[in-house]
Amino acid sequence: MEKGKIIELYRKMLEIRLFEEKVFELYGQNIVPGTIHLYIGEEAIAAGVCSNLRKDDYIVSTHRGHGHCIAKGARLDMTMAEILGKKTGYCRGKGGSMHIADFSVGMLGATAVVGAGIPIATGAGLSIKLRGTDQVVACFFGDGAANQGTFHEGINLAAVWKLPVVFICENNLYAMGTCQSQVMLIKDIAERATAYGIPGVSVNGNDAIAVYETAEKAIKHARHGNGPSLIECKTYRHKGHSRFDPATYRPKEEVEEWLKKDPIQNLKRQLLEKGYLLNAGMAQIEREVNDIIEKAAQFAIDSPYPPPEEALENVYA
Amino acid sequence: MSMHNGDGKMRVITYRDAIREALLEEMKRDNTVFLLGEDIGRCWEGAFKVTKGLAEEFGDERVRDTPISESAIIGTAVGAAITGMKPIAEIMFGDLTTLAMDQIANQAAKIHYMFGAQAKVPLVIRTPFGGGVNIAAHHSQSLEAWFMHIPGLLVAVPSTAYDAKGLLKTAIQGSNPIIFCEHKLLYPTEGPVPEEDYTIPLGIADIKNEGEDLTIVATMFMVHKALNAARMLKKEGLGIEVVDPRTLVPLDKKTIIDSVKKTGRLVIAAEDCKTAGVTAEIAAMVAEEAIDYLDAPIRRVAEPDTPIPFSPPLEKYVIPDERRIIKTIREII
Repeated sequence: MEKGKIIELYRKMLEIRLFEEKVFELYGQNIVPGTIHLYIGEEAIAAGVCSNLRKDDYIVSTHRGHGHCIAKGARLDMTMAEILGKKTGYCRGKGGSMHIADFSVGMLGATAVVGAGIPIATGAGLSIKLRGTDQVVACFFGDGAANQGTFHEGINLAAVWKLPVVFICENNLYAMGTCQSQVMLIKDIAERATAYGIPGVSVNGNDAIAVYETAEKAIKHARHGNGPSLIECKTYRHKGHSRFDPATYRPKEEVEEWLKKDPIQNLKRQLLEKGYLLNAGMAQIEREVNDIIEKAAQFAIDSPYPPPEEALENVYA
Repeated sequence: MSMHNGDGKMRVITYRDAIREALLEEMKRDNTVFLLGEDIGRCWEGAFKVTKGLAEEFGDERVRDTPISESAIIGTAVGAAITGMKPIAEIMFGDLTTLAMDQIANQAAKIHYMFGAQAKVPLVIRTPFGGGVNIAAHHSQSLEAWFMHIPGLLVAVPSTAYDAKGLLKTAIQGSNPIIFCEHKLLYPTEGPVPEEDYTIPLGIADIKNEGEDLTIVATMFMVHKALNAARMLKKEGLGIEVVDPRTLVPLDKKTIIDSVKKTGRLVIAAEDCKTAGVTAEIAAMVAEEAIDYLDAPIRRVAEPDTPIPFSPPLEKYVIPDERRIIKTIREII
């Protein structure tokens, strides 16, 4: 992976991290309605995968979707405005944190129903095949979704029809408070790919370069008409499932161990070791990212709420 | 037949063929239209043979046999619909829409609204409802009212070949997800259909029989039972007006209310369960908006709140027939 690409990847991951920290801060100030599911700790996955995608490629996202939006190129200010329920948000305040979409960059939307995005991604893949373009779909979902029927139905259909979809399982080991070993006997969800006759691979989801390179292969495979793949990214969410969930169901030692594997610190170390960036360069990037996030947050805070009667609009096209 | 424009020739074809013609014409007109569903391709051509010959005409890419995966059928159709295609999904029996309910009710219905009108979901879901062929509780339900309860979905309930073709063409040309309800017993029924191209707008009821004394609002196969009842009562000098809404969402309230204003009496007949059903919604609407015009209480003809039983005498007992319609009419006239 070339130097410029790695630095870009780092910047994107930092954008996601600082954005999420800002969301958490605003949530604490009671500015964010409803609930939030933060992507902190999983940044390498969205950034590593989406760095391989073109603007006209598609992604399908989940309730933990802010990172996917940012990685695919959605605007930070409109994303933040949507999270705050403002009129200037991507969905004019109709969607909120769990239902953001930006069709202008191929972000086909987050669905808050676990596993529901999988067949939708298959459908976008079918659309690509029928229209005869060389686009690709990346479909993000968690370990919880791997136990839904839609996982089986959607991946099987994509496999049978050889559709250009890359299924990305973000395995953060917990579906809400339920740990993986309680609900499946296998350790590697990637093994399930065998059942559909497609390639499946497990990768360290906290290693951005490893994710990038694994996704690169799968995306090329899909773009060249060779069908779908399943990539399992092993990761961990630094925060609880949602809001102020203290995540006490996770052993303290486990949390500490994973915090040491922070994907951003990980990549930062590699950049410094390789001499791609010096401390001054790092600080410069951090300042720039901080600045755009502050601006995005201010834009969202200053934006008006939608007029109440807009609730009745756009039920039908 | 008031919506037919022009003087073109009519011919008599079945409801099944009318639907097939609509699919064929729209697939020819627009190459983003494609079909997917279980056993709709060249091996079986649809459980009710609606897609007969279409795979040969358009190829297996546009007439796609799927695995028995209803959730993936609809989910895949949704994904295709939001990225430039116009899928028409067939769910072999209406009862099996339950297997795809998240994709229908949470995804297809809500994407346009929830994403702030960034995307449209031009998706037609064709599926047969209704009983009367002794296939019991898992293949005989009428769930139209479920879909009326989901904002974002349209619901069509054609009762004739003419309506089925014209409404289906409108549905395919539209921009919204629509549950296109067919009725198993209607497939072999025949009716006049123009040779020329035509469409029927959604939300326009059709007065299938004019009368002065009582209004029956009926849907799908019940329209034909209501027409039979009207013919029988005509011999007694009673004029029964049969109003067929043709679509439940949108519902043509005006035509129903205008008819009630004229007759002062209302019976509503549909094949689904009585509680929270099609008849309940229409009764509530008339009670709310036109109660002053009623000279008698509203009466409903619907199925009792039971699953559809198997044994012929049991099934016959729960599905309303002409006799029940007439008995109900006599209660208020």
